[in-house]
Amino acid sequence: MQTITKVGMADMNIVQDPGVITTLGLGSCVGIILYDKAIKTAGLVHIMLPSSKHIKNNENKAKFADTGIQLLLDKMMERGCTRSRITAKIAGGSQMFSFQTNNEIMKIGERNVLATKEILQLLNIPIIAEDTGGNYGRTIEFYSNNGKLIIKTIGHGVHEI
Amino acid sequence: MDLSIEDLNNLHLDVLREIGNIGAGNAATALAGLINKRIDMNVPSVKILDFNDVSAVLGGEEIVVSGVYFEVDGDIEGNIMFLLDLRSAKVLTNILMGREDPSNELDEMDHSALQEIGNILSGAYISSLSSLTNLNIKISIPSLCIDMAGAIISVPAIQFGYMGDKVLLIETILQDGNDTVKGNFFLIPEAKSFKTLLNSLGVYT
Repeated sequence: MQTITKVGMADMNIVQDPGVITTLGLGSCVGIILYDKAIKTAGLVHIMLPSSKHIKNNENKAKFADTGIQLLLDKMMERGCTRSRITAKIAGGSQMFSFQTNNEIMKIGERNVLATKEILQLLNIPIIAEDTGGNYGRTIEFYSNNGKLIIKTIGHGVHEI
Repeated sequence: MDLSIEDLNNLHLDVLREIGNIGAGNAATALAGLINKRIDMNVPSVKILDFNDVSAVLGGEEIVVSGVYFEVDGDIEGNIMFLLDLRSAKVLTNILMGREDPSNELDEMDHSALQEIGNILSGAYISSLSSLTNLNIKISIPSLCIDMAGAIISVPAIQFGYMGDKVLLIETILQDGNDTVKGNFFLIPEAKSFKTLLNSLGVYT
């Protein structure tokens, strides 16, 4: 039986075949899925901010792209994943509200995506699929048995990457 | 040192509840004027919630809600978001336009009506906050978004995320006869402004 594991904001988890891992209503946050195809193990981290640096209250590692992705990778290695086999799929990072001003906070989705890509590159993890940007929310479901990522939206359909 | 949400004590919360009360009271009066009906308002609750409990208050991450968002500028900086569930949004736009549309679909007319409602409510809210604190507070034009609650809430949650792992929510229930409209305000002052806000109200931090 497939069990569905839910990951909340600033949180992470890992599932194994036949588990499904999901995060609901991603807006400006980014969902990063790391997957080891050979042992069908998948991890998901739901980050909110690009960097833990210059933030006083940064103990919650899963909240930030820099510390969150690293922590997920470490946990996956503990679960027996092989680093060279790990690939990534990413989704989210939208701009929910549009404003004329150049307020930095409004571009947080874009910055989250950029930081995510930078960190994955540093860690040498290839991004094999992504669905980012836009101005709408996404619910994502990753199937650890076949590596498919389903993306559901309101008014922008359902698709698979 | 900047104040974080976790540092708020009971006195601070009472003050914020009172701000919420007065602000929402003004907002209800403004709304009543707009639709020319009596609007009752209950005492708002001020909640400090974990990120993941905010969408639960609204009925889940995937529930479609409408959010109107503003930038706050002047003596304090931050944002205000006014959130309505889809049914409440429809009740309000129906009243505003004097029609009865039983569907839960929001068309272009509903969108501009919601933007205007959000504008009036938040304007009334901010002007009462401004006269209460003697602070000069301005708000930007509104931006509307109708989407999953989780995705909309990620915007204030991220801003609160700079300060800690909690979100400050001011919940209000507005009532017009049998039509209950549940609205939520998120007041999102930047860390420094939180202190300014509380200080101006005589609650020294």
